[in-house]
Amino acid sequence: MLKDQDRIFQNLYNDLGPGLVSSQKRGDWVNTKEIIDKGREWIINEIKESQLRGRGGAGFPTGLKWSFAPKELGSRPHYLVINGDESEPGTCKDRDILRFEPHKLIEGCLIASYAVQAHVCYIYIRGEYFVDGQKLQLAIDEAYEKNLLGKNAAGTGWDLDVYIHYGAGAYICGEETALLESIEGKKGQPRLKPPFPALIGLYGCPTIINNVETIAVVPTILRRGGKWFASLGREKNTGTKIFCISGNVNNPCNVEEEMNIPLKELIEVHAGGVIGGWDNLQAVIPGGSSMPLIPKEKCETLTMDFDSLVAEKSGLGTAGVVVINKDQDIIKCMARIARFYKHESCGQCTPCREGSGWMWRMLERMAKGEASKDEIEMLGDVTKQIEGHTICAFGEGSSWPVQGLLRHFKDEIKKRNNFDPIVKENRNIPYLVDQHLLDKNA
Amino acid sequence: MSLRKPAKNQPDNFEFNSSSLEEAKKIVNKYPKGKQQSAVMALLYLAQKQNDNWIPLAAMKYIAKFLEMPYIKVYEVATFYSMYNLSPVGKYFVQVCTTTPCMIRGANKIVEACKEKISENESELSSDKSCSWMEVECLGACVNAPMMQINDDYFEDLDKEKALEILNKISNGEKPISGSYRGRVNNEPENNRTTLMDLKNA
Repeated sequence: MLKDQDRIFQNLYNDLGPGLVSSQKRGDWVNTKEIIDKGREWIINEIKESQLRGRGGAGFPTGLKWSFAPKELGSRPHYLVINGDESEPGTCKDRDILRFEPHKLIEGCLIASYAVQAHVCYIYIRGEYFVDGQKLQLAIDEAYEKNLLGKNAAGTGWDLDVYIHYGAGAYICGEETALLESIEGKKGQPRLKPPFPALIGLYGCPTIINNVETIAVVPTILRRGGKWFASLGREKNTGTKIFCISGNVNNPCNVEEEMNIPLKELIEVHAGGVIGGWDNLQAVIPGGSSMPLIPKEKCETLTMDFDSLVAEKSGLGTAGVVVINKDQDIIKCMARIARFYKHESCGQCTPCREGSGWMWRMLERMAKGEASKDEIEMLGDVTKQIEGHTICAFGEGSSWPVQGLLRHFKDEIKKRNNFDPIVKENRNIPYLVDQHLLDKNA
Repeated sequence: MSLRKPAKNQPDNFEFNSSSLEEAKKIVNKYPKGKQQSAVMALLYLAQKQNDNWIPLAAMKYIAKFLEMPYIKVYEVATFYSMYNLSPVGKYFVQVCTTTPCMIRGANKIVEACKEKISENESELSSDKSCSWMEVECLGACVNAPMMQINDDYFEDLDKEKALEILNKISNGEKPISGSYRGRVNNEPENNRTTLMDLKNA
């Protein structure tokens, strides 16, 4: 288990209070000027050396992303945008940073803004987190009061303004280009890439977008050194991560742990075990609802980091671990996730807009045992036709969980939906009639 | 995608009151000159707050004029985002999360409580017109499931009884306390803390 002194978010459970004074006692804002005086190159190299990967789901190396920002400030200003549109089912880590460690985030904003030469930073928070956003606003006001933001922020000679922009209940705005559209006051529909936001982003200007957790760990990495961060976890999957463990466990919780921690340790030690004991475990969704589920057999030995989960054809995503035990109907659980994606599709690309609804309706029928044998393969087909055929990664996000279900629980679906299509038996039924509406024994 | 339609009965006029107007001007100043369209989301939210939790078409027209942008662009935004209510939802708007992490911890019981206490169908005003409920997608408090949101506040770690208790309070016009209903401190594991022990004991 990670040692307590190596935990970055000391106030994850709000033992000390989120205010500026207690944050400074924990080490925030202490030597911000010294860090910035070391220069842009040093900051970006240190982040590269720490091998920090984005905490928002895709796991893109942060140092590399920062280095994409144009080196020279042209006629267009640069922007830093923080993605706090946390909506992935199973994930609630950013909320705790917003309400309990706001100063880590704000200091991170200053350092990152300096590194990418931005004078304005927008923090995009999902609209439902209004109360938590107000707490962050208090912290921002506090920082302005003490000259840690604004002109010559924290005595570093860098000017920075930080503003909060609230979303309004659209999951898709967590996608970086949809988020930019949303800040521009439009519908949150993703843009085509390229051009990438690092060159043409918010208002057509170079923009760097990072997750809340990514930015909040930056000051600590620079204080303790990239080498320290890289010494935790394993090669290319370094550092610590806030894991959210929800679902059928005895003590659902958020906990900051080292990357590469065994899944079993997360569940058994931190979350108090599966309800009904480890043998009652059915499956685990390891990284928020978009990631394919992992059946119990593999959970025994699985370690939680980006690469080892990809090897299991899943992903770390946002590290929202949803534990599902044998009391739950796994097909129903996935059908509900499919309904989530059907509801949240932005409607821009046809495969996703239509396909997400198809998947949901098919899964609902499969849960009730009303689908025919052929439809199982057909469902697999639908997922393949959505994946990779959309502008943004929502297509993958909606089809992967269904693929995961088909990969590991096909027998369960077959057992429940084991009859031939009615059309074979009854030739006079027009083929286009929705099969599931007909009497099974007709 | 979710289908969203504006209400049939629409008021003729809408204007920001003085406090909303002041707030609106502050919001517009957050964005660069000429990019005032960015403020549309926040302004719609202000209009919603001022107008008992819903946005009439007149408010969209008003905001379009206020930000010098086409009305259709405001309408697009208002119909795209699910947090904008386009028809009356009552003074207390109850949203119950029923996505998988909440579902497997018994969100259907909270839905039952709402059906008993508020109205048989979702998005239907209660008999005294003060309240309505709706099933929504993940509200981002999965560790505290099941949960519901009433206006801006989160009510977490619920069961049916506790949900009924909260709904009783709002129907009596009292303000229930937000947060965990199992006396749990934030997102720490209940009675089983394994990390940051020194700080807990400090």
